[in-house]
Amino acid sequence: MSQHPPADPATMDDLYAEADHWHVNTGGSTIHAKRIPGKWRRIKWLAASVWLVFFFGPYLTWDGRQAVLFDIPRRQYHLFGATVLPQDFWMLSLLLLFFAILLAVATALAGRVYCGYFCFQTVWTDVFTWIEERLEGNPQQRRRLDQAPWSMAKLRVKAGKHALWVLIGFFTGFSFVAWFYGAGPLWRDFFIGQANSAVYASVALFTVGTYLLAGWLREQVCFWLCPYARIQGVMLDRTTIVPTYDVDRGEPRSRLHKDLTRTAMDPAEADHQPQRGGDCVACSQCVAVCPTGVDIRNGQQEGCITCGLCIDACDAVMDKVGRPRGLIRYASLDEMEGRPFKPMLRRPRVWVYSSILLMALAGITYGLSSLDAIDLRVLHERAPLYVLLSDGSIQNRYTLKLLNKSNEDLSVRLSVDSPKPITVVGTDDPVLARHGEVTATDVFVKIGRRALDSANVPVIFHAEAQLPDGGQISARRESAFFGPRR
Amino acid sequence: MAESNPFPGENNTGHFWDDNLRELSNPPPRWWMIAFWLSFAWWVLYGILYPMWPTPWAQDGPGHTTGILGWSQIREFERGMAQVEAVRAQFEEQIAGMSAEEIIADPGLLQYVRSSARVLFGDYCAACHGSGGQGNPGYPVLADDDWLYGGTIAKITESITYGRKGAMTAHKDILTEAEVDQLARFVVTMSEGEPGSDEDWALFNAKGCIACHGPKGNGVLAELPDGTIVTVGASNLTDGIWRFEPGGYESARHTILYGVNQDVEGSRSAVMPAFGEAGTGTSGRLESSQIKKLAIYVHDLGGGR
Repeated sequence: MSQHPPADPATMDDLYAEADHWHVNTGGSTIHAKRIPGKWRRIKWLAASVWLVFFFGPYLTWDGRQAVLFDIPRRQYHLFGATVLPQDFWMLSLLLLFFAILLAVATALAGRVYCGYFCFQTVWTDVFTWIEERLEGNPQQRRRLDQAPWSMAKLRVKAGKHALWVLIGFFTGFSFVAWFYGAGPLWRDFFIGQANSAVYASVALFTVGTYLLAGWLREQVCFWLCPYARIQGVMLDRTTIVPTYDVDRGEPRSRLHKDLTRTAMDPAEADHQPQRGGDCVACSQCVAVCPTGVDIRNGQQEGCITCGLCIDACDAVMDKVGRPRGLIRYASLDEMEGRPFKPMLRRPRVWVYSSILLMALAGITYGLSSLDAIDLRVLHERAPLYVLLSDGSIQNRYTLKLLNKSNEDLSVRLSVDSPKPITVVGTDDPVLARHGEVTATDVFVKIGRRALDSANVPVIFHAEAQLPDGGQISARRESAFFGPRR
Repeated sequence: MAESNPFPGENNTGHFWDDNLRELSNPPPRWWMIAFWLSFAWWVLYGILYPMWPTPWAQDGPGHTTGILGWSQIREFERGMAQVEAVRAQFEEQIAGMSAEEIIADPGLLQYVRSSARVLFGDYCAACHGSGGQGNPGYPVLADDDWLYGGTIAKITESITYGRKGAMTAHKDILTEAEVDQLARFVVTMSEGEPGSDEDWALFNAKGCIACHGPKGNGVLAELPDGTIVTVGASNLTDGIWRFEPGGYESARHTILYGVNQDVEGSRSAVMPAFGEAGTGTSGRLESSQIKKLAIYVHDLGGGR
């Protein structure tokens, strides 16, 4: 302990003053959280900066068009080199599974890290309150300004803040739409009223939604609106590391005075001054910095989004009063209670979650790598199942649907194989399959009555085409030839 | 009710029961009231913009206010239909000015014709000929290559436009029982691909079957130099396809005895109604472009032969 600098009592009273207003957060008054620098604060900004991709991603180009574009009217989804059509959408379910499990595994290991660092509600609220702090000052100044009567000065400050909020809301919506509409066309059409109504409605919805949710509702969303906050609560277990107050070390808490004497917080204990108080000096800095207004010293609770800002605050105070850091730290319940720590790899939960993650990832990788340029479907005509022709042979009719997923129109050659001698009509000329479309063509297969010795003969359809770069692609589909029962 | 308010400054209504049970008069939250009045304003606005109020006093019978936007469900429906028609119009205009052969040569148009004619076929043809042209007892299969009146586009167009009515004499008073038996056996023999005996052919020719079923019994009276086949709609007796179910000796015998479309009890009925345009002496149920589309579709059912 001697290596720590001595306490600086002069700052202590100010610290106490900062948390005087605190009460349980039921949304009755705005939380004005203090912003202080620190390790977790830095990590929080780093995580939040990933969202810049959301704003600037639409301007990336690939092969002369937007790199990632979800073209809903044309039902084509461009992901860099790959074009995904609705037929390949089973991959989307794997993607959703992947992220759902990722959320579960992250929560099981480290609590609500998603909430604390990456959730758009957290990030946008963080940016909005950062703007608020730049314009209106620190939390006490903000509270004073809120209570002050209206004046031109107040109006100017408030108007500027709300204008900035709305602007961010607008660009949130604008950037969102750019992923679907294309950034270039959006900038070209939007401001001259040429974009379609869905575009304007989406941008309006996002603008209003962002402004209200990040500007006004803030942590109340996490408390009362967000289902994930509740779902994640049941994913935590004793081994999950979350910001935790070290009760044994901290209690009994007591006020620290300028003369470095301490008084107990509880009036009942005021008579007998503690010989030595716990490390918690009851400065309530952990509460003052909390964006959701919870008191972490009460333990893990629904309002805690595990953002670690209280850890920064407490560490700063511990430095000031000359105590070791880590009174509030990322720790599991087991660790706090002195149970043996179980290595991550020996927890079945980790293995189960990881294997689901791997399976989903493998499926997506397989799907993306095996995106055939053409897809062949064969629909056997059912009415009639077969037709007796005048020469006595049996004819089956098939509708072939060719989906061309490449970026060029292809001339597709069709052929049919069967163990029986067959006559094929409709495959003489290549079929022009337009890119991004399904082209249907009819093929008739005939088998002589005498060659047809069973009611069901396998037939195999082949489609082959040459890509403009010379590559050969093919697709194959099995079907059956039906004849009268013998 | 207490005389004096024991809870001053509490914002209660002044109503008390059992000393301390009282009714508070807290206002609803402001956002709730704003939403309430906005809803109310919307209700008023809606009443102005859209049809809303019944007008039972109106002179021309009970009606309703129309709203200043003039919106109505039927008009919205009509607008939607007009949009669909506009999309179709570009195809329909092309189809109207093209021959069936030209349409078949154009893959895009052919695709459109197949899709739109499928609907027409379901509406007008499928009741008798089956949804896929698979036929029904008494109604010919359209998906095979056996055509009574010819399977070219021109012949199919003719069949749809003017209809068809086959005719075969009832032979129960013309032929002896033994002759009917012999001819019925002969028909079965031919349908199995066997040539038949000279006596059979002699009877076939002598009794006039040749006049309609042709010298080869395949329903072809003559083949013109350009490949056109002349028929009167008599069936091809030399293939395994039977015009009247279930086929075989009894079917053949019945048809020979009672004929087709004769005023005789038990006679076969084989009538295809005329669908042609109004003013052509037909029912006028289909327009010429619809018939054109149907002809292509039906021609296509069996592979276009």
